[in-house]
Amino acid sequence: MKKQGKPKLAFFDFTDCEGCQLQFANMGEALLQLTELVDIVNFREIMSEAGEDYNIAFIEGSITTDNDVKRIKRIREKAKVIISLGACATIGGVNGIKNRTPLEVAKQRVYGDKADSVNTIRTFAVHEVVKVDYFINGCPVYIPEVISVVKCALMGKPYVVPNYAVCVECKMNENVCRYEKDQECLGPVTRAGCNSWCINYGNKCYGCRGLVDNPAAAGQKDILQKYGLKLEDILQQFTLYNDAMGEKYDKEFKQ
Amino acid sequence: MIKSSSNSAINAKDVKVDVHYLTRVEGHGNIVVDVKDGKLTKCEFQVIESPRFFESMLVGRPIWEAQHLTSRICGICACGHSLASVKAGEDALGIKPSDQTVTLRKLLLYSEMMDSHILHMYILVAPDLLGVKSIMPLIKTDKPVVEMALRMKRMSDYAGEVLAGRHIHPISYVIGGLTQVPSKEGLEKLYKMMLDARKDTDETVKIFKRLKFPEFQRPTQYMSLTSNEEYAMYEGDLVVNGKSHTKVKYYKQLFTETVVEYSRAKIATINNKPYAVGALSRFNNNSDKLHKKAKNVASELGLKAPCHNPYLNTVAQLVEWVHCLEESIAIMEKLVKDGIEEKKVITASWPKRSEIGKIKYKPNTGIACVEVPRGSLFHEYTIDETGHITHANCVIPTNQNMGNLEEDMRKLVPELLGKKTQEEITLDLEMLARSYDPCISCSTHLLDVKFV
Repeated sequence: MKKQGKPKLAFFDFTDCEGCQLQFANMGEALLQLTELVDIVNFREIMSEAGEDYNIAFIEGSITTDNDVKRIKRIREKAKVIISLGACATIGGVNGIKNRTPLEVAKQRVYGDKADSVNTIRTFAVHEVVKVDYFINGCPVYIPEVISVVKCALMGKPYVVPNYAVCVECKMNENVCRYEKDQECLGPVTRAGCNSWCINYGNKCYGCRGLVDNPAAAGQKDILQKYGLKLEDILQQFTLYNDAMGEKYDKEFKQ
Repeated sequence: MIKSSSNSAINAKDVKVDVHYLTRVEGHGNIVVDVKDGKLTKCEFQVIESPRFFESMLVGRPIWEAQHLTSRICGICACGHSLASVKAGEDALGIKPSDQTVTLRKLLLYSEMMDSHILHMYILVAPDLLGVKSIMPLIKTDKPVVEMALRMKRMSDYAGEVLAGRHIHPISYVIGGLTQVPSKEGLEKLYKMMLDARKDTDETVKIFKRLKFPEFQRPTQYMSLTSNEEYAMYEGDLVVNGKSHTKVKYYKQLFTETVVEYSRAKIATINNKPYAVGALSRFNNNSDKLHKKAKNVASELGLKAPCHNPYLNTVAQLVEWVHCLEESIAIMEKLVKDGIEEKKVITASWPKRSEIGKIKYKPNTGIACVEVPRGSLFHEYTIDETGHITHANCVIPTNQNMGNLEEDMRKLVPELLGKKTQEEITLDLEMLARSYDPCISCSTHLLDVKFV
């Protein structure tokens, strides 16, 4: 690639913990190789330079204020490609839990008599506000998938997020099913791509990558029935990451 | 993004600093200083991150979910939040982890301390001292140093991977123990990386010895955990300038937090005066408990307790890096030799599914404090008879430092007036804020939440 033709990358964070940006810092050698292929022009967490000329924008975090809405729209106008980075950006993530409580009540709870001065709206995933070109799911993002998506974006190819359940990867990793261990797990309905990260380390799936497009509701209901689980139980657990998109899931499951 | 009026004369009577979105810190913060007619009229560090409502999110959730959720408060201190959370959960549930679990937790905490300190020292602070805007130009001019910094970062990050599945939002460290024992191969590789890191550490000490930090003195109240057994990080009692020993469960009697209008974070005080937490506070209170090598590095870098220059917090971080590396190597040596006794460590992250709903809990409140890279972190949860959280409180280091930082700014600005230009004053203030290593994402959800 010619030096002049280097794509310009920018990182922008909204409401989040900034852990997904940090995953980039944790790429180590791969990050140095990346800097040979691209120019990082805006990355507030690690640099003071603030380039306004960029082609590819990584968006981390959920949209939760009026100002966020204006800012993301400005970025959309400038960037050729927008990549949603992490659960907060792709599905609302834990910030979505806020949506469970009427906004006025939430503001009152936190800010009391100063509630009116607080600028907050319901939590939105980025693609609910502007068009998004690539999605990197997960809390936090999984580095091998980040590298795949970045490659696709640089080559201008589409990246298809896996649309099968975490169970597929989990089986290939030969983990004992959590249900067999008398535990609950969101693996059967959660989008794969993380290589069943949490289950490999002895925990369970918390659903951070969101629901598969077609969660095979009938089959899933069979599994739930087999293990004596109620729909409400599993819907309750969805709310940890997926509340911002909760209405969709309620519909999928309660049909 | 720095907006400042065009007045760049050294003897300016009016100085206006408005740093919008301070860079190279975690989270969103503004610095606002206004000097009119040679008098300081405004001096604020504003936290403008969107509110995140974490304490509100926790209410109604099972205590077993608290670690997973609170780890998401911060990407840098995810392990620290996890440890504070499981300790508070265990305190509420009356669970006591095994000694080996505690050792593995300390190891994870030391690795996070190293991870965060190296990020702050090299990527966030060093560019200021070298007169560049970020580490990016250094990739071209000082590639071996950047590679070394990334190697040190990679070692501490790999520790999180081996011990807990990943460093950002750890997987296997839960209430009562670990869901999975770290692999033997992983531990052996990590041990080797730690031994190799000694050489990079020596090199780093040489580099930081050459760097010149700004001169500034302001004695304040330094709070941290303390312990007779060790350089306190995982457990201990609270102490202020070596005095006023307080048990962690009485933390609310030691300091108070108040809401300020211009910021989304609270300001904390002890005896109505601001105080500092973090590496420098720990060093000032506990330097006699440091590992011998860390003590040597401190004296080589000219750091002596009590140190009253907040800019030297970064130097205290390097001293702590040495301490954490040596303590980790000592633990790893034993782990690699003797292995981990699985049955003393392994636990499930949740009670058995068939028992959920049948377990009776004793309504209780659990409180815990852990020293994380930026200072003392508190988690407090109240649970009901179903094991669900009814009230939560998290006190974050950056909140505790905010008042102290403003007090430093109030002393520093008049000292610089007439000696430095507005641009230079702005940079000094940015560097001062950065030296506290503020973690703003953490601190923004911390307004009082009352639940009906």
